[in-house]
Amino acid sequence: MPVRPAPKPSAARGLGHALNPSGARGSGRRTTLVAYLFLLPALALLAIFTFYPVIFGTVLSLFEYDVINPPRYVGLQQFQRLLSDRYFWIALTNSAKYVLVVPVIQLCSILLAVLVNRPLRGVGAFRAAYYIPVITSWPVVGIMWTWMYDQQGVVNWVLRGLDLVARPISWLNHPTITLYAVMFVTLWKGLGWYMVIYLSGLQAIPVEYEEAAMIDGASRSRVFWHVTIPLLRPYVLLASLLSTMAAVKVFEEIYVMTRGGPFFSTYTMFMYIFDKAFEELNMGYAAALALVLAAILLVLSAINFRVFRRGGLEWY
Amino acid sequence: MTRKFVVYLILIGLAIFTAFPFLWTIVVSLKTRGPIFSIPPDLSLSGLSIANYTGVWKTLPLPRYALNSLYIAAMGVSLTLVICSLAAYPLARMQFWGKNVVFYAIVGTLILPEHIGLIVNFITMMRFRLVDTYASVYLPSIASIFGIFLLRQAYLSIPQELEDAARIDGAGDLTIWWRIMLPLTVPALATLAIFQFVAFWNSFLWPVIILKTPDKYPLAAGLLYLRGLFAYNTRYIAAGIVIATLPVIVVFLFTQRYFMRGLIAGAIK
Repeated sequence: MPVRPAPKPSAARGLGHALNPSGARGSGRRTTLVAYLFLLPALALLAIFTFYPVIFGTVLSLFEYDVINPPRYVGLQQFQRLLSDRYFWIALTNSAKYVLVVPVIQLCSILLAVLVNRPLRGVGAFRAAYYIPVITSWPVVGIMWTWMYDQQGVVNWVLRGLDLVARPISWLNHPTITLYAVMFVTLWKGLGWYMVIYLSGLQAIPVEYEEAAMIDGASRSRVFWHVTIPLLRPYVLLASLLSTMAAVKVFEEIYVMTRGGPFFSTYTMFMYIFDKAFEELNMGYAAALALVLAAILLVLSAINFRVFRRGGLEWY
Repeated sequence: MTRKFVVYLILIGLAIFTAFPFLWTIVVSLKTRGPIFSIPPDLSLSGLSIANYTGVWKTLPLPRYALNSLYIAAMGVSLTLVICSLAAYPLARMQFWGKNVVFYAIVGTLILPEHIGLIVNFITMMRFRLVDTYASVYLPSIASIFGIFLLRQAYLSIPQELEDAARIDGAGDLTIWWRIMLPLTVPALATLAIFQFVAFWNSFLWPVIILKTPDKYPLAAGLLYLRGLFAYNTRYIAAGIVIATLPVIVVFLFTQRYFMRGLIAGAIK
């Protein structure tokens, strides 16, 4: 977002320095001490729960560890095992397939944002309504959608009413359809979130641009594709990359609806990691899997970072 | 005129799409008779009763779950506020040795994959002998990066003159932070509090991993657990869903402005 350059603290510091030539406001030893005392609780927690896991996780992937017996060093064996592990490839394929939801979710939420970005009476209430799935917990969403997808459920009722299906489909119990049924729930829950991102993008576009194009005789759809979308580009990139990363590490919707089934057709990387770590207590292998996923995500966030810069956005 | 009409029609259609699962769940939770699944679904508003609510509240450990949620959210939110507002302060308003390193280390955590954290933090909690305690649920997420940045931004926008004036009056660092700075960041604190409240209230994955006694589950995790046990009693679960979701929706509707502002700041981070 057009992040305004943060007011440079040093610029406002003049008076402080004049008042305190001894340097209590500068980078004196006392200030440094005080600063670190303020930072201490946060840094300690981050060190334990955020930095340490990455280091220890990497080390752990070289060990066989089941929480009860002492860890046993196995070198790169976990990674070798992984290459010939059928379930790893199934999980990786499904995680990759899940990225299909990204273009759909982005296009829908851009259209939605454009739709609610107008001065209509009551539009705020509609925005709120679209946002409610975002703040609903995954277990609730999962349980509700399991009911919606029931053989005798609402989804089948609607689709049969529209004559789109001949007989009720068992949405969450079908080896090819289920993954897409779960993706639809991701779409349903995510729409409002991306809508808000795009809304903030749309509101940063000066109306003059669109008005000028209209005066020049451009149709609404031309204005949308040739003025609005290009100006929205940084937001589209940001949201798409966030959404791609979320898709690669998809877990919650799978866990609350299918647990990876039927027949592993919705088994994703994160689901596999979860099973290995907490069902089988095979921590070393789970760590190796987690590192592979982390590598994929790191590549994606490196792209994210570069595109971000190119999109003309400031990183903080 | 017709254009406006069409827009409203689309808006209403979409609202039905996002709200339908909730509406259907509410109707199911308010009825005691008839088939739950039927084509067409039974959406009539006759024969409503709150029997399922009293039933689920009395026979299932829902009050227990609700209390767990409240306790975890209260502890989590208040500790987040303290830790983040402490950490954000020097990053915004002090010049100190190593500031950039600290700043970029904190920014850098954003690209660290959190799923490794699940595995290792579980082992860490075992070492600390904290598995199956409430503290283990909120401890890993109270040093919120989002919170630190949100509050840093708030501190940056406070005019320097205020601080200088207090310093002339002889106030120390802690006094300045507590008396001058903190009160001026209340809107940002409110945003962060709401965000963390919703996050803690809705959390289920980490609680399910780290809590071994289902009696300690927060609502979201508890519902999932109950669904597994009482798969047949759909109406009770529906009532439970309404009980678990209503507080968050109410908080959201009353604090929308803060919420959206925070969301944008968070997405943009």
